Amino acid sequence: MQLDEFFVTGEPLIYGGMVSIVLVTSAIIFLLTYLKRWGWLWREWLTTVDHKKIGIMYILSALAMLFRGGVDALMMRVQLAFPNMNFLNSQHYNEIFTTHGTVMIIFMAMPFLVGLMNIIVPLQIGARDFAFPFVNAVSFWSFFFGAMLFNISFVIGGSPDAGWTSYTPLAGAALSPGPGQNFYLMGLQLAGIGTLATGINLMVTILKMRAPGMKMFDMPIFTWSTLVTSFIIIFAFPILTVALALLTIDRIFGSQFFTLTGEGMPMMWANLFWMWGHPEVYIVILPAFGIFSEIIATFARKQLFGYKAMVWSMILIAGLSFLVWVHHFFTMGAGALVNSVFSVSTMLIAVPTGVKIFNWLATLYKSRIQMTTAMMWSLAFIPSFVIGGVTGVMLGMAAADYQFHNSYFLIAHFHYVLIAGTVFACFAGLVYWYPKMFGHKLNERIGKHSFWWFLIGFHVCFFPQYFVGLDGMPRRVFAILPEWMPLNVISTVGAFGMGVGFVIFVYNIYYSYRYSKREEKGDAWDGRTLEWATPTPVPFYNFATLPEINGRDAFLSMKKNNETTFDEERLEPIHMPSNTGQPIIMMAILAFASFALVFEWIGLAVIGLIGTLIMMGIRSFDYDDGYHVEVDEIKKIERSARGL
Amino acid sequence: MSTHELKTGPLEYRTQEGQMSILGFWIFLGAEVVLFSTLFATYAVLFGRTADAPVPADLFEPGITLVMTFLLLTSSFTCGLAIHQMRAGSLKGLITWLVITLGLGLGFLGFEIYEFIHYAHEGATLQSSSFWSAFFVLAGTHGVHVTLGIGWAVLLIIQLVKRGLTPVTSRKVFVISLYWHFLDVIWIFIFTSVYLIGMVV
Repeated sequence: MQLDEFFVTGEPLIYGGMVSIVLVTSAIIFLLTYLKRWGWLWREWLTTVDHKKIGIMYILSALAMLFRGGVDALMMRVQLAFPNMNFLNSQHYNEIFTTHGTVMIIFMAMPFLVGLMNIIVPLQIGARDFAFPFVNAVSFWSFFFGAMLFNISFVIGGSPDAGWTSYTPLAGAALSPGPGQNFYLMGLQLAGIGTLATGINLMVTILKMRAPGMKMFDMPIFTWSTLVTSFIIIFAFPILTVALALLTIDRIFGSQFFTLTGEGMPMMWANLFWMWGHPEVYIVILPAFGIFSEIIATFARKQLFGYKAMVWSMILIAGLSFLVWVHHFFTMGAGALVNSVFSVSTMLIAVPTGVKIFNWLATLYKSRIQMTTAMMWSLAFIPSFVIGGVTGVMLGMAAADYQFHNSYFLIAHFHYVLIAGTVFACFAGLVYWYPKMFGHKLNERIGKHSFWWFLIGFHVCFFPQYFVGLDGMPRRVFAILPEWMPLNVISTVGAFGMGVGFVIFVYNIYYSYRYSKREEKGDAWDGRTLEWATPTPVPFYNFATLPEINGRDAFLSMKKNNETTFDEERLEPIHMPSNTGQPIIMMAILAFASFALVFEWIGLAVIGLIGTLIMMGIRSFDYDDGYHVEVDEIKKIERSARGL
Repeated sequence: MSTHELKTGPLEYRTQEGQMSILGFWIFLGAEVVLFSTLFATYAVLFGRTADAPVPADLFEPGITLVMTFLLLTSSFTCGLAIHQMRAGSLKGLITWLVITLGLGLGFLGFEIYEFIHYAHEGATLQSSSFWSAFFVLAGTHGVHVTLGIGWAVLLIIQLVKRGLTPVTSRKVFVISLYWHFLDVIWIFIFTSVYLIGMVV
């Protein structure tokens, strides 16, 4: 293989990308060396098994991915603003809409939410860590290397260009030769291992490690949403694993699953992909519902209205999410009966979702609302999400869908649910739990600026797309007709507004790090659930002691009874897992194997796979069962954290 | 993470870590059920799409698949005996029955490899048609699982020899026994819905 086949050449934008990658990497290496921080990085972060630190690494990576996916989006909006734009050529445009979609769903939305779950769920149920802290670290590194593998494709080998859905036969070896699609397949496969492991890990944690006395229906609603989400992950992700594996075998080893030869069946891919893909959208929306529920209850200063209805509607949504996949391709021609069945099941989902909307409204009804930034994101979510949901029901009508299919109407719909739902929730959740993670709040004034820029930008960007879609503009085109121009210009302006909002948000992180008042007690917002019972910063073992929990809003009753998580009488040594470098090494080797497979270097891939198996063997023989934190040390840590 | 250890009950369930690992593995097996279901569904959809390659009725033979079934079902039984010995506290009995289980598993694998080579000689390979792709990937995924299970069990036997029966080693053995029985269940479905149906249709 020639070097110019290995690196992507001939595109000024991509040369710019290469230069910035080299510059940023050297700057990081220089800073770490200059400040003598390599040992610190390895000991405190790369080898950690602490759920709070892993969660922070998830969120940082997700923010970086949001930046990457956002730059993709802005480039597309520039190209689409005017007819006959020459900013991106058609091939480059295809690559960018593919990476935008994949990065945003797989490497931004999911890790952001998983990061919040990592930090908050054990704190909400009174646990010391995950059920399997080692596996949690493996999960993070598999996501991290999967994301890196996928992202490197734009400078090495070329990005995938068949859309984030990667439909066959276009994505097959005959029509898309070369490493591009392989990057998609291996990047997702690698990250998928981690997602499945996290799902199992969270489920066991929630089922087995709740505080004494906390019943299932006493759990905070975000923990419930996490439990339901992990159920969906466990039953949906293996389908993606198989689909990706079959397409990989098709492309690299010449099997005939999705090919046009050998009686292959390309539409089988669409079915498998969406049997995972539809549950996937609930994987990213249910935790968002959980986050909004927590924030609305906290800042409405009321118990969440209809707690049980909230839980049951999530369970119902999770069940229905597996029964609607065909609505993504009504136009495939499966026939009137099949389309009708899936049309009805699709519209049924609006019922439990509507129940949730009314519950949030009822929680707000006659409450004394505190207009914090987190609350503003949550309040903006409700009407915006309803617009997305109602247009979703329109798309769910099979006959009408023949008109909307693959138009910008669809694009506007799913951005309304995914941005107003998931992205708003990520921002809201980060703002809300920020003091718990970093010991200081994000600045409220700057936060509100960022909120208004992003909210207004969002509506200006996507509302016109409903209409340009009804005017017939199809998705995935790199050139627009003149009559679509006015709405597209508005849309592009809005996209840059969102970009400004994101930049302000990131600046706020820096500003607050420098200037925000440090938190003195752990309860930053006068919260209701157990995570606020810990001091800030949270000790690495989370809870020194826990009182017997009875009922919801556990911390509220603790405050009433003057109880804390530091009862000196009941202190006992705490058992904690040791840090280990095995997860990062194991996943780095597996990432090497995946990279080799992308370029179809079978020998190297086999070596990498054997290396991974050896690492698993080493782990099997590792009988390190952690260490104990002694009572005296707990006393010292708690007293200094609580200012006693 | 509780350090309290129960004094009664099966060794593998006495610590909270043990209980959580076993529950986690059950959930993992749930995910494996979905994985194999997807492969079965793919096989069913692609059934009969043999293109120019031989049809399964010409290649599938009752003899060899019956022997394979017998080997794997027996290995599941001996695996159960191994756990029985573990519960009775007999390290020697446990290791003996585990080794017999692995022997039967290796026999199964040998026949499967022979069978695949035989089909390839007859002109049915992974590449020949979508039906054969689905067949080889479905049966092959099961075979890879058996192979990994054997390698994993060997590691555990070494640990048993080194450390004897502890809550940790007995939990590991119990988990692999769940895995082994699971592979047996999957094989029963492969035997009936792939081989038996393939022979008569």
